[in-house]
Amino acid sequence: MLAKRIVPCLDVDKGRVVKGKKFQNIQDVAHPVDLAKKYNQDGADELVFYDITASNEERNIFLDMVESVAAEIAIPFTVGGGIRTVEDIHQVLRAGADKVSINSAAVKNPLVIKEAALRFGSQCIVLSIDAKQAANNRWGVYINGGRQQSNLDVVDWAKQGEALGAGEIVLNAINTDGEKNGYDLALMQSVAAEVNLPIVASGGAGTTQHFAEVLQDGIADAALAASVFHYGEISIPELKTELYQSGIEVRRDLQWK
Amino acid sequence: MIAIIDYGAGNIKSLQFALTKKGMESYLTTDPNEIANSDAIILPGVGAFQDAMKTLDQKGLIDILKHEANNGKPILGICLGMQLFYETSEEDGEWEGFGLLEGKVSRISNSVKVPHIGWNNLTTHRNSALYKDIPDDAYVYFVHSYAVTAFQHNSLIASSTYGGMIPAFVQQDNIIGMQFHPEKSGDIGLQLLENFGEMIR
Repeated sequence: MLAKRIVPCLDVDKGRVVKGKKFQNIQDVAHPVDLAKKYNQDGADELVFYDITASNEERNIFLDMVESVAAEIAIPFTVGGGIRTVEDIHQVLRAGADKVSINSAAVKNPLVIKEAALRFGSQCIVLSIDAKQAANNRWGVYINGGRQQSNLDVVDWAKQGEALGAGEIVLNAINTDGEKNGYDLALMQSVAAEVNLPIVASGGAGTTQHFAEVLQDGIADAALAASVFHYGEISIPELKTELYQSGIEVRRDLQWK
Repeated sequence: MIAIIDYGAGNIKSLQFALTKKGMESYLTTDPNEIANSDAIILPGVGAFQDAMKTLDQKGLIDILKHEANNGKPILGICLGMQLFYETSEEDGEWEGFGLLEGKVSRISNSVKVPHIGWNNLTTHRNSALYKDIPDDAYVYFVHSYAVTAFQHNSLIASSTYGGMIPAFVQQDNIIGMQFHPEKSGDIGLQLLENFGEMIR
């Protein structure tokens, strides 16, 4: 049976992992490769790296980091941030990433999803959506690190992304991000009901119970979190044991050396 | 030395890193002589079936790979690489594969989310040295939208369940296929690659 995934997310700025609250007040926490190795040993199912600065000069530092991570860990990882063109995607895949997540660039040029899916396959093209609540059960798509509102509705955009060939959708709820009061279940559910792609929930994890809520069938297939893992507030082996005990299928053969 | 066929298929660096971790030497190549001189071949694969076949054809690799496989050299196809070993694929049309193994490639049932992404457990169907030291119900990492159907059941070492039965690990003599990504399946995957390495020595 397909296991629900636990996905630590590492925001990387100039080669360091950082984490902000509601995308602001960025704090430095650790070296990405060290954290990646630790999460691999702990039994994380997947990792996500977002290059949050992604200026051209720093791009090579980031690509080197991607390659170092690929050398150290044998679990899948996704890379996002600053991905604009099919060539950008090619570069990170060549550096050793398994999937690439596209956010603002896809809003500005949806065809990049289609071109990339045709060239590399849908399975490695992740559409990442920053969602902010607009009304009851309505969310707007935000771009440029959550700073700018687009004119898209989240559910419509997710459906369009699926039609263009995205293979997975990450939904980052801006309202709940960094608050540790739980994932935005209504957001996840609204999108899950309309698309037939795996949904990765992001934004708001604070307790193991929050993971258990969002990983119910019909809501999300994977749960992404950053600070609760980075600061050791939740340990992945304990989280997985609790999820298993509450009847959620998780990968538990934690034979990491 | 293991020849990894480098035909522009996604993430082969991780595969090479995984082999290195297990002390297995490999090189990326599309050179027919290097392929002929290798001890074993790995055909990776991410992307679309027809693109992969076209690229392999343009690089003049189809005949040499078939020749090596038919001569008994261990050849491992991973993900799309495994699918290419079969007769035909229905991915965006009807396309001819290598025809080394009997069977065809069809889209995963729409009763489940497609692609099949994530960790799924393996059910064992028969013993193989390739499955040495792998516990029951081991989880491995899958990322695919198409899967093999109408295949020879005696070739099946292990399967997974997702919208029906997914042939996950097949072997017909020296021809081996893994639908999942061993290089991304943690220690289980590394062990499977090591077992493949044992086959060479």
